Amino acid sequence: MEQQIWIWAIVGITFSLYIGIAIWSRASSTKEFYVAGGGVSPIANGMATAADWMSAASFISMAGIISFSGYDGSVYLMGWTGGYVLLALLLAPYLRKFGKFTVPDFIGDRYYSNTARAVAVFCALIVSFTYIAGQMRGVGLVFSRYLSVDINTGVFIGMGIVLFYAILGGMKGITYTQVAQYCVLIFAFLVPAIFISMMMTGIAIPQIGMGSEGTEGIHLLEKLDGLHKELGFHLYTTGSKSKLDVFLITAALMLGTAGLPHVIVRFFTVKKVRDARKSAGWALLFIAILYTTAPAIAVFARTNLIQTVSNQPYETLPEWFSNWETTGLLVFEDKNEDGLVQYVGDPLNNELEIDKDIIVMANPEIANLPNWVIGLMAAGALAAALSTAAGLLLVISSSVSHDLLKKIIKPDISEKGELVAARIASFFAVVLAGYFGINPPDFVAATVALAFGLAAASFFPAIVMGIFSKRMNKEGVISGMVVGITLMLFYMMKFKLGLFGGGTANDWWFGVSPEGFGTLAMCANIIVAIIVSSKTTAPPLDVQLMIDDIRKP
Amino acid sequence: MKNSRIKNYWKTNLKYLGILLSVWFLVSFGFGILFVDFMNQFQIGGFKLGFWFAQQGSIYVFVILIFVYVFLMNRLDDETLE
Repeated sequence: MEQQIWIWAIVGITFSLYIGIAIWSRASSTKEFYVAGGGVSPIANGMATAADWMSAASFISMAGIISFSGYDGSVYLMGWTGGYVLLALLLAPYLRKFGKFTVPDFIGDRYYSNTARAVAVFCALIVSFTYIAGQMRGVGLVFSRYLSVDINTGVFIGMGIVLFYAILGGMKGITYTQVAQYCVLIFAFLVPAIFISMMMTGIAIPQIGMGSEGTEGIHLLEKLDGLHKELGFHLYTTGSKSKLDVFLITAALMLGTAGLPHVIVRFFTVKKVRDARKSAGWALLFIAILYTTAPAIAVFARTNLIQTVSNQPYETLPEWFSNWETTGLLVFEDKNEDGLVQYVGDPLNNELEIDKDIIVMANPEIANLPNWVIGLMAAGALAAALSTAAGLLLVISSSVSHDLLKKIIKPDISEKGELVAARIASFFAVVLAGYFGINPPDFVAATVALAFGLAAASFFPAIVMGIFSKRMNKEGVISGMVVGITLMLFYMMKFKLGLFGGGTANDWWFGVSPEGFGTLAMCANIIVAIIVSSKTTAPPLDVQLMIDDIRKP
Repeated sequence: MKNSRIKNYWKTNLKYLGILLSVWFLVSFGFGILFVDFMNQFQIGGFKLGFWFAQQGSIYVFVILIFVYVFLMNRLDDETLE
């Protein structure tokens, strides 16, 4: 009971904080609503970007995925951080110099075409909706696991909170709540990690503890490799995926990261070009704190788990084991009926199924941490999910009110009218996202990967070519984007959803998994764009002057 | 601003991008993926070096790269605008 009180108290306090910030930072103009007035400091923007970027999946699932896949999990670590280098060097400063509100703004103006703008709006909406449904579901799951309320009630509470501060404050409200949410989530992630690192290696910094000796004087990683070998898993520190696939998945995640509209739009909120570069650096630093801790948690948890359960009598397992068994995230089936837990690589003899989400969520219990830490975990996971949902919500509402309504359908709309439209669009977007959170379509897991592939295959090359090539014209870029997206959609639908005849891993083109295909789709985009643009006329003079202008200091 | 100055600014920018992105590629795709088996022969602390680059080192280098770019470009901005 005491644990429940702690969880409600901490979640309650953080939620009131977010609401307080939202009331304090109401938006009164479209500029404030879309880009927070363009006056956010680089460090605050860095924190907000980090919270925006790190979703429920980063917080809850990533360490677990790495824990079960070892070296293969590196694709997420490198892929979701390396994209920021591309952002900082190839996109953010120029887009800030261009100085409008949204990504379709840039595509539409640079390629002097409302068709290009409409294609960009379409991509932005698909990418954002697939993502936001997962976040709302995440909010519901956290509520149901930690606070034992119904999943749907959890989704409703989450919808209410996001709606409140997104509609009231727009980007301004979202930015400052995200700063608070970053602090909550990083604190919640680090506290158990530091405790466990101390416990297992005596070193307080998890990043160093991960490569240190355990209590028996053997390096943890060496020991883990030994355990894996003994039990028939592939070695922890080497991979089981093909090198080509690891390469292409990492690239697709990096390129996708740099092309995601809710991340790019954050760089419109700072004052100057200099600040855009600097805040990309801060953002990555804040992200890196979590992303370098996650693989350490993965190693600690994996070692701990194997040692605690492997070949132990089921009756003597610690209490947390049975606690998580009741949630269905741990399933033990005594196949050979010897009363011992055989946790091995061979699926025929393996008796234990473990859900990856346990690694982070059960951490405090496994390490015997006090109850308030569990409350903190709940608040951290909620902060991660809500901040990402809010950022995506803004992209959706600005795509509708700004890019579609103001720029294409009704250019003479007043600023007040546009602001009302933006708020109405947010409202419907939240309701729709909530609907998908309550009735999650089966393809949610597949479509999150799709979002990265899509962003890599469409936005990233379109924007980079728009900045670095003066010759690239609207014919080239539109045909490139259409080819890139179509290829990517086709490949994902075929191999993830079983449409167009479906297929197994043996049928993959060149052995490339759907997750890594975004990289190839991007190459196709670029090749088509270059060929088509070389056969058609160069962009008009005013566009060429505009490119000159964004390249100037 | 003189045209030659702006041309020079852009050229220097492209040079920085080339160098920094080569490092970016080397630490992640190079050390962490393509040459990971070779790198794993070496150890730092309890880490095999290739594994360390894939899960830790590349991320640290990424952060440093962005701040180096910030420094270089701020200096270049000042030189060009003075």
